[in-house]
Amino acid sequence: MSWVLVMPLVIPFITAVIAFILRNSPANRWVSVVGSVLALVAAAVLMVSVLKEGVVAAQMSNWSAPFGITLVADYLSAVMVVITAITGLATTVYALGEIPEETEKLGFYALFQTLLAGVTGAFLTGDLFNLYVWFEVMLIASFSLLVIGGGKERLDAGIKYVALNLVSTLVFLSGIGMLYGVTGTLNMADLRGAVAAAENQGLITVIAMMFMVGFGVKAAVFPLFFWLPASYHTPYFAVSAVFAGLLTKVGVYALMRMFSLVFVGDIGFTHEILLWVSLLTMFTGVIGAAAQTDFRKILSFHIISQIGYMTLGLALFTPLALMGGVFYLVHHIIVKANLFFVAGLARQYAGSTDLNRIGGLYKSAPLLAALFIIPAFSLAGFPPLSGFWAKYLIVKAALELNFWFVTFVSLFVGLLTIYSMTKIWAMAFWKPHPDGIDPTPNRAPPQVTRAMILPIAALAAMTIVIGFYPEPFVQFAETAANQLLDPTDYVTTVLGVQP
Amino acid sequence: MKSVIFETGARLLVALIFVFSLFMLLRGHNLPGGGFIGGLLGAVSFIVYSLAKGPAEARKALHMAPETIAAIGLGIALLAGLLSFFMGDPLFTGQWFWIGGDSYDTAVFAPNSILVFDIGVYLVVLGGILSLAFAFDEET
Repeated sequence: MSWVLVMPLVIPFITAVIAFILRNSPANRWVSVVGSVLALVAAAVLMVSVLKEGVVAAQMSNWSAPFGITLVADYLSAVMVVITAITGLATTVYALGEIPEETEKLGFYALFQTLLAGVTGAFLTGDLFNLYVWFEVMLIASFSLLVIGGGKERLDAGIKYVALNLVSTLVFLSGIGMLYGVTGTLNMADLRGAVAAAENQGLITVIAMMFMVGFGVKAAVFPLFFWLPASYHTPYFAVSAVFAGLLTKVGVYALMRMFSLVFVGDIGFTHEILLWVSLLTMFTGVIGAAAQTDFRKILSFHIISQIGYMTLGLALFTPLALMGGVFYLVHHIIVKANLFFVAGLARQYAGSTDLNRIGGLYKSAPLLAALFIIPAFSLAGFPPLSGFWAKYLIVKAALELNFWFVTFVSLFVGLLTIYSMTKIWAMAFWKPHPDGIDPTPNRAPPQVTRAMILPIAALAAMTIVIGFYPEPFVQFAETAANQLLDPTDYVTTVLGVQP
Repeated sequence: MKSVIFETGARLLVALIFVFSLFMLLRGHNLPGGGFIGGLLGAVSFIVYSLAKGPAEARKALHMAPETIAAIGLGIALLAGLLSFFMGDPLFTGQWFWIGGDSYDTAVFAPNSILVFDIGVYLVVLGGILSLAFAFDEET
């Protein structure tokens, strides 16, 4: 039983070790591809067993909860692990086309697989300190991936990224220390009861706010997002795609987990703050995007704006809102990673990501244009793509609570999102190239283009599938939301597991 | 800067520290010590060597890139954890085998997955620290 939970975690680690030892041979990229496929299989197996049992848990090293490290997967964790594996596979294939051989020899694929292991670990762990460890694994791997390949710009971005993230982990770690001091446990399921029973509820709220700040930096919410647009536009496109897709979502996931499972004692206070933070995040993100003219910078600011919708789902804290939040989380990973992939390919064709210096892509690369339209309009919330359903659920939840202002802001931000996407469309695809040249796909060797367009097409297809058959996905999100709101199953499974 | 005194002293120190690091690695289960501290000491011995003879010599003495040593160590540690898969236990459950007895006290020899894991940690720490130290040493 426990191996169902362990395999999605161990496979990327083993892949990383093998890929690193073989880093000087061309075989290392195929090791990474095979590893990603196996990880996807393992994630699917986990998903099947979660669908069957509701919640699965395992105790590492046979130390029973709450003393040992617990791995646990409910619907939310399972879907996040699956989506991580999907993004991982797509990015590995994309990297085959993009990453130059010198970078490969520095151990790119090993670092990449380590990052995937860190992300998966964060989604699966049921122990707070262990979550901190996974955050560190992610931080080390992501810092190396940011600066790999060299260049002043990358190093500058990397330093900002690592400095601000260290602050976040420090706050998080202090929060863990204080929480342990108050309750004497760090097992998340055990904490639910222990926190509710704690005498000093005021202190608990303080600790809750520390966690909100710590995870808030990771998730890039207002006003803690400034590291994201400072760093996401410099690394390789494969790297920024996986960052954009997964890293901030780990923060959102941690917020969702902690503020539905543990810190629910003072919802009127914590979730009210979260509500305003979400609205400001949505708004500032989209306004920031409107001011940019670089393909990737626009997309980076949009990550921030979209994060607001997810935390909004958590802040409203009704079954429908959480359901929308979970749906949004999954949809956004697919769409955002895909948009960064498109940006990378557009650069291959047109030579830059500065929208003022490129153009004419619609004429010379109609397939790419079509593949851009799908995630871009999905992000903006056009029916019938996946983003429409995600926004629809959130807005409906706000309407049910009669939160008119929230409704207005979400719709208005949606409108501004369309504006940015249209800007990219008009400047990169429609207008002629400013240098008067025709950007041609022939600039890159065909096998490179093929490796890069395959994941774009696959993710676009997924967006369409979710858009046209939302029923099973919505139902899944509903169960996930119900599990978040009523974690009895989660708690009993973790604490009741006999080694 | 070359110093005859340091070089001569280093010859003795390097061997002593390295042997001590292995000792630390082996006695780690019930007494202070273990893979992490052993790996640190092992790295110190090579750092002393590299200070005395230069990082190029130290790399040669190591026979393998420190990064590769770290990766192999990670692999060994993982394998030690995965051993419990074949014994039907959760990941990283300690596995003990008694030879010439049926418990810790009576067995003549007790091979176990914990020591293997510690050796993995030892190599990870040794390789990780040395890759940093050599990089710094080569820059100055």
